[in-house]
Parts: sequence; structure tokens; C-alpha cells
Amino acid sequence: MVAGPVVATALGTILVPARAGTDGWWRMRVALFVTCLADTLFPRAAVATVRLLERLGHEVVFPEGQSCCGQMHVNTGYPDQAVPLVRRHVRTFAPYDVVVAPSGSCVGSVRHQHAMVARRAGDERLAARAEDVAGRTWELSEFLVDVLGVTDVGAYYPRRVTYHPTCHSLRMLRVGDRPVRLLRAVRGLELVELPQAEQCCGFGGTFAVKNADTSTAMLADKMRHVLATGADVCAAGDASCLMHIGGGLSRLRAGVRTVHLAEILAATEGSETSGQRRRTEVGG
Amino acid sequence: MSRELILGRLRAALGAPRPAPADPPRAYRGAGALAVDLDVLVDRLTDYRATVHRCGDADIARVVDQVLGGRQVVVPPELPRRWLPDSVRAVPDDDLPAARIAALDGVVTAAAVAVAETGTVVLDGAPDQGRRIITLLPDVHVCVLRTDQVVATVPDAVARLDPHRPLTWISGPSATSDIELNRVEGVHGPRNLHVIIVA
Amino acid sequence: MTRTFLGMPATAPRGVGHLRGDESFPVAARRGLADPQLRRNLGHATGTIRAKSAAVIGELPDWAQLRAAGRAIKTDTMARLPELLEQLEAAVTRAGGTVHWAADAVEANRIVTDLVRGTGAERVMKVKSMATQEIGLNEALAEAGIEAVETDLAELIVQLGDDRPSHILVPAIHRNRAEVREIFLRAMPGVDPALSDEPAALAAAARRHLRETFLSTRVAVSGANFAVAETGTLAVVESEGNGRMCLTLPETLITVMGIEKVVPTWRDLEVFLQLLPRASTGERMNPYTSMWTGITPGDGPQVFHLVLLDNGRSAVLADPVGRAALHCIRCSACLNVCPVYERAGGHAYGSVYPGPIGAVLSPQLTGVADNASLPYASSLCGACYDACPVMIDIPSILVHLRGQAPHPRAERATMAAAAYTMDRPVLYAAAQRAAKLSRLAGRRGRGLPPPLSGWTASRDLPQPPPESFRQWWASR
Repeated sequence: MVAGPVVATALGTILVPARAGTDGWWRMRVALFVTCLADTLFPRAAVATVRLLERLGHEVVFPEGQSCCGQMHVNTGYPDQAVPLVRRHVRTFAPYDVVVAPSGSCVGSVRHQHAMVARRAGDERLAARAEDVAGRTWELSEFLVDVLGVTDVGAYYPRRVTYHPTCHSLRMLRVGDRPVRLLRAVRGLELVELPQAEQCCGFGGTFAVKNADTSTAMLADKMRHVLATGADVCAAGDASCLMHIGGGLSRLRAGVRTVHLAEILAATEGSETSGQRRRTEVGG
Repeated sequence: MSRELILGRLRAALGAPRPAPADPPRAYRGAGALAVDLDVLVDRLTDYRATVHRCGDADIARVVDQVLGGRQVVVPPELPRRWLPDSVRAVPDDDLPAARIAALDGVVTAAAVAVAETGTVVLDGAPDQGRRIITLLPDVHVCVLRTDQVVATVPDAVARLDPHRPLTWISGPSATSDIELNRVEGVHGPRNLHVIIVA
Repeated sequence: MTRTFLGMPATAPRGVGHLRGDESFPVAARRGLADPQLRRNLGHATGTIRAKSAAVIGELPDWAQLRAAGRAIKTDTMARLPELLEQLEAAVTRAGGTVHWAADAVEANRIVTDLVRGTGAERVMKVKSMATQEIGLNEALAEAGIEAVETDLAELIVQLGDDRPSHILVPAIHRNRAEVREIFLRAMPGVDPALSDEPAALAAAARRHLRETFLSTRVAVSGANFAVAETGTLAVVESEGNGRMCLTLPETLITVMGIEKVVPTWRDLEVFLQLLPRASTGERMNPYTSMWTGITPGDGPQVFHLVLLDNGRSAVLADPVGRAALHCIRCSACLNVCPVYERAGGHAYGSVYPGPIGAVLSPQLTGVADNASLPYASSLCGACYDACPVMIDIPSILVHLRGQAPHPRAERATMAAAAYTMDRPVLYAAAQRAAKLSRLAGRRGRGLPPPLSGWTASRDLPQPPPESFRQWWASR
């Protein structure tokens, strides 16, 4: 008999397998889908995700075979080249009941592109398996709020923070106010609203390179709004958008840091990530 | 011939088997779903800068006098004469030339249907509404509406109207949003729209 | 001369009309991006319309159901397009109209020019119409010695300013009131030199300027927002009354309509007449909507011609993913919410169809190779899909078209190498370690070669971390 919480998802209501802890909360085995960007350039967001989930009492595993979801290939016009990456992703994560990623964009790719890429290549079986994996894959804020049912994760982060919702979290995954609810429950954190928050920062993957001028114009407005908040920190749930906004703020020497949502939620009193000791660099 | 060329192209484009036609879901508020609320109509008309008058049947002429007294107006052939006060010089439209109609001050008509939710009056060219041109060229349009002609929503109006008649849906006076996307009243159509709602 | 094979879907021909720009989007966008007045005008105008539209959409409890119905009606329409067009033709003919079929812009221009010549008129007045802009009708008429007078205020501003339209709904959206005043003072005969820049005063000037044209012009050319196959009814949705003038006053009316504008039933209008004004101008209802079915004896034009235009639409229909672009009802909501459009401006798209819908429609009408940069003129932020009243999934179509676009050789090689590496864990881990070497590219990557220099021109690269996540995980 499988036990666990019953959770409403885009694909219907499902039971997420878990065991009951002695405190009455569910305990799960979570496969971390780290995403290639966080793995390579922003490991701190991934490490924070691990620490946060473990602090909440869950077991985190890291399937070694994972690499990239293939979104860059699909969105740049190379869907055929993404097929092996989709196949690899599906093979890697198929054995797990729960897959969590600290990225709205990569989860969006898994949910909205993998089956399409497989079908386009004429592989119906892969498409079905991809849909199956996608149904068990959550973006971090979705997982915390919807599956675990928590908004207060016990974090402490004494900074003035503004939150950029990121397009794919907002409009592809419809995470809504979940990240904001999580941030509001963080002790010491002062959340300031970002003007025109829902406008794209101008990243858009290869858009930032192919249409660098337009992308920069979008970024300029995003940075103007971030600076207008007077925040110390601009937070978001996607390392890619943070790399973009952070790259612009760094170039301006604006003195505002970009920090992944997971890092804020993982921070506790006295922990490395809560205070001033953090490096003020964009990356690593 | 291009007719066969285009139809052939379209059939080829759809290929075989054809995508299946399907009845669209109509889960929106359809005809009859909502009760008429005259206050909503008044609110929406006023919001789009139409002037609304409410009166009894006996008072229509008095209101028309207030709006158009001392002016020359064109009227459709079968407009009830009792709606016109002596102070108004009525010119019946017996195929008047455009320039003559453009020189007149106003027009008085009945209506076919009005939509409360959108503040819209619809004319269908019936003899008490006349040709489309007479409500277009004069600068003041007075439209007399019976309460039983008011429906709640657009689907209600579509259900009542006859598509084979020339229809003009009017929502407030002529307007444009072409300069900085701000709505400005008064371009080519009548710059003043008065709606008399008769209880 | 190339032979046209019967029944093969065809793209719009080159050398006629306005579907292709002279420059790629990134190049053309630079002009708009560098124009502070344009940026300000577009920011102000699109901000205004977004707020208005959101307010009136919020009033409807069934907006989601209306959108779903709109999409379903359009999907059904495309599945039955040939039959619906035949039905429309029969209904219009029965009601006293004459139907013409134009395979492309050249044929449509010839049909309209011949029809106008047949009336002996040397001037036509026009209601704003995307289809006639698409085919370059005004230029074709001018070559035949026929003057075309645009009567929509924004079109008039564009025409008097010798400018190009930059928005589907408001072609002069890139001009503010002060600029409009200057254009009128310069180009409008007999205008009051004391004209103010109040929008009401500018509108009044247009009213005076066009009145005589309306009363004396015997032929009008319009587009159509909808055509009902069941009844033969055509609909034009407008604001100013110039549409009513053109549809009512002349002796002859010629309507040029893209074949995708047909809807199956009269009842279907109850959906689109709710979706279009709220998504488009942010009004509960636009000031005027005219509907006519053929000829009405004694009322309005007594001669009516309907020109059904293909010009690449059959090619769009042939793509099962891309054909949803034909569902567009030309509301321009996607332009008004698009962060790329708002900054680059409509002219950057080259085609008469700018913005997100233009980026999926133009390349399909012309063939992707002729508008290869447009599918990339988007950050895929998805705002257009949310705003579209008929739920066209524009981001997915953009991605689909990118797959058909010609790719630069270096990019193709890079993408192949990346995919190869990502699918081989040992190589992938080695590549991650090598990422640290990017420090050699100079501080924060300045000094990288194109196209990566596009990033570093305005953004620092992240500092590579001391170790990758998987190294950290392995050493735990």
C-alpha cells in the first residue's frame, strides 16, 4: 500500500509516495534535477536546494546521468539535437517518484517541450515516458507549497529583497504567488514589490545574444525597476534570469546582489548564506 | 481560374485525413443567461459619453425639445410624429442627397436592440430608424429606446437581430484612440449621442 | 516563368506588397531602440492600453470561456475552410454581391484596380485594412492613376507624414500628439495654423479635412473583420465613423478580405464581438460596428464586390502547428504586451504585421527563409499567449518556426557539439572543469568573440565557481 500526500497538478490529482515521519509530516525521497546551468555556474543555488530539502527532513539523491534538458536546442531551432538529451533525461529520472529542480524554466521545458520533441521525432513511446516523468517533476516553490504544504521553511535572511517572478515560472508553470508566500515567511526579510515585475528581463536564452540590443534595452528597464526598490538583493527562481540581471547590475557596479530563491530559503541564523559574509559576486 | 486554384491549395494544405471539425464549447454566458438591468445600460452609456434621458412615452417630445429645439433634423419615414415637438423642424428622409443630410443639425430615430452590458444601441434600418446615412452625417443623434428592446448581453442581441438587414452597432459618440491610445470623442460620426429610455 | 501547379499551397510572391523588410530584425531594431521619443511614445501608449484592457476584461466573469470558444471556432473554421468559403461565396452572391478570388497580391491588386477603373473613378476612399496594406494596394492604384485616400485617423497621420505603419490597430502609435500636430500643419491643406496638440483638436481637424472626401467619393475600399459563411454577412469594427462613411456613402464598395476571416455561423459573432474590443482598444464595445449582407436596395452602396485573398495563407494552413496563426483577429493585444515590440517598435519587423503575431505570421506567409530573423525576435516570455483573445500559442509557433529557419554554420556546429557533450557524462564533466578557463577570456569575459560579445557588451559573465555542483556532491 503506497502512502503519501494527494496533490493537485496540471495533469490531475496524484498521490506522491512518501513515508510518515514520527512528527506526522511526510518524508520523501527527492531526485534533484540540478539543471546544467546551476550545476556548472551557480552550484550555490543547487547546494542550497539540497540543504533546504534535507533540513525539512527529506532524502535528496542526485542521479548522476543527468545533464541538460535540451531547452536551448529546442528554443534555438534544433529540436532534433535535443532528442538524445530528452531521452537521457527521461532515462535518468524515470526511476524516481519525485523530481525537483531549482528552475522554473527547465521544469517548463520538461513539462511543455519534452513530449513535443519526442513526438516530432516520431517516438511516441519516449513521448509517453516524458509525460510520465514531467508529471512527477516540480519546480522548487511548487514542491514546497503544493506537495509539502509548507510556506514557512524556517529560514532567516535579514535583507531587503525584491522578487523578479521570471517568465517561465509565471506564465508557463503558473507558480503564481508561491515564491512570494515563501519569502514573506522568512524571518528578518523585508520584501519590497518590484515595479512592472511581470515584464521579461530580456534574457530569453540565445535571444540575449541574437538580439543583444533589444535584450539589453529590456534589461535596462528591469534594472531601473530593481534599483528603484532600494533592495539589497534581487531574488528569482531561475539561475538564467539571475545571470542576466546580475550580469547587468555587476557591469553597472550597482551594489545589488542577485540571489536564487533557494539560497534565501536555505539560509538560517548564523548560516553562511544568511549574513554579510557572502561574496558579492554574481556567480559562484 | 483562381477560385479552383485557391480551393485546391486549401484542400491540399489540410491534407487527408482532414482535421476533424468540432462543435465549439460555449460555456460562456449565452442568450438568456442574464437578467436585464437598466441601470447597467445607463451606467455604460454614460461612461462612453452618451447622454441618457429617462422618461415616459408622453414626455419624449419634451426631451427632444430640450436637445434639438429650434434645430433642423432629419427623421426616418415612419418615426412616430408624437416624438417630435413643434420647436423642431423635421425633414423626412425621402432619399435626401448626402449633402442635404450633412447640412442638417440632428437626427431622431428609434432603435432595434440595446445591449446593457456594453452600452450599445443597434439600428437595423427598419422604417422608424431609416437609412444608415441619416444617423451618420448630422452631428446630434437622438435615439429613442423602449425598455423591452434592452437585452443584457451581446449574445442576447445577436439572437434578436436579423443578419440580412444592414446593422449599425453604436456605443457612444464617434471616437478615436489613435493619438497616444487615449479615447477622444468626436471624429467623423455624430459627436453627440442622446439616448432616451422610455419606460 | 514558373508554372503554378494546381492545388499546391503557395507563399506570397516577392516584389509586391509589404511582408518583407529590407533588413534583419536585430539590425532594424537598432533604430527604434536608439530613438528616445519612440521609446517614450510606445511605453506610454502600450502602458495605457494594457491598463484599459485589463480593466474591461476583468468585468467579464466568462472571459476564459469566451477565449476557449473563440479558439475552438477558429480551429473548426480552419478545418473546414474550403467549404466555408464556398458557402460564403454563395450567400454573398445570393444577397446581390459579386465574389472574386485572388491567389496572391498581384491578382488582388489587378482585380481591385480593374473594378475601380470600371466605375470611372479616379479616387477611392479607404477604411483601414491590413489586407490591402499587405498587398500594397495603394501603390498599385497609384500606378494606375487612382488616388487612394486613407480615412482612419492613424492611417491619415501615416499617409500625410509619408511614414510607415508600426502597429496593427494604431498605425501611428509611434507618434505623439506634438508630432501629429506638426504633420498636420505641414501636410494637411487648409489646416488652422493655430491648431493645438490636444487630441480632440487634432481629431476635429481630421473631421474637417475628410468631410468633403466622404461626400464626394464614389468608390470605397475596405477590409473586413469577419465574414459569416452561413449568411454572407460582413462586419467592420471601428471607432471613428470613417468606416461607416466608406461603407454607407459611396455607390460602389470593394471589400478585400483574407480568406481566414470567415466564421461559420451568425451566432459565432456573439463571441468575437465580445473578445475583439476588450482585447483591442480596451473598450466594452467599440463605438461603431457595421454589418451588411450583400446589397440593401435604397440604403448604402448598390454595387458590392468581395475579394477573397490567399497570398500565402494556404501555405500557412498547410502547417498543422503554424496554422493557428490564421486564427488571429487582428486585435493587437500581443503587440501591446510584448516587451520586444515596446522597445524595438513596429518598423523593426519589416512587415505590415509587427509584434508577436507578425513574427509568426509574416515568415509563414512568405516562407521562413524570407523572414528568417523574425521567429527569433522574441524572448519567449509568453505574455502574448496570455493576452491573445483566441489563445494562439505564439511562443510555441515561434519555436516551431525556428526549427525551419536557416541556421548559421558556426551556430549549427556549436549546437551539435553542445548536444554531443551533454549526452556524454565524462565529456560533460570535463567541459565543466574547462569553464573555469573562461577567466582567460578577460575579466568577466570581455574580449570574447562574436556572437558572445553580444552578451558581454552590456553584461558581465558570472564568475565561474571553484567547483561544480556535481564535484561538491561527490566530495560530500
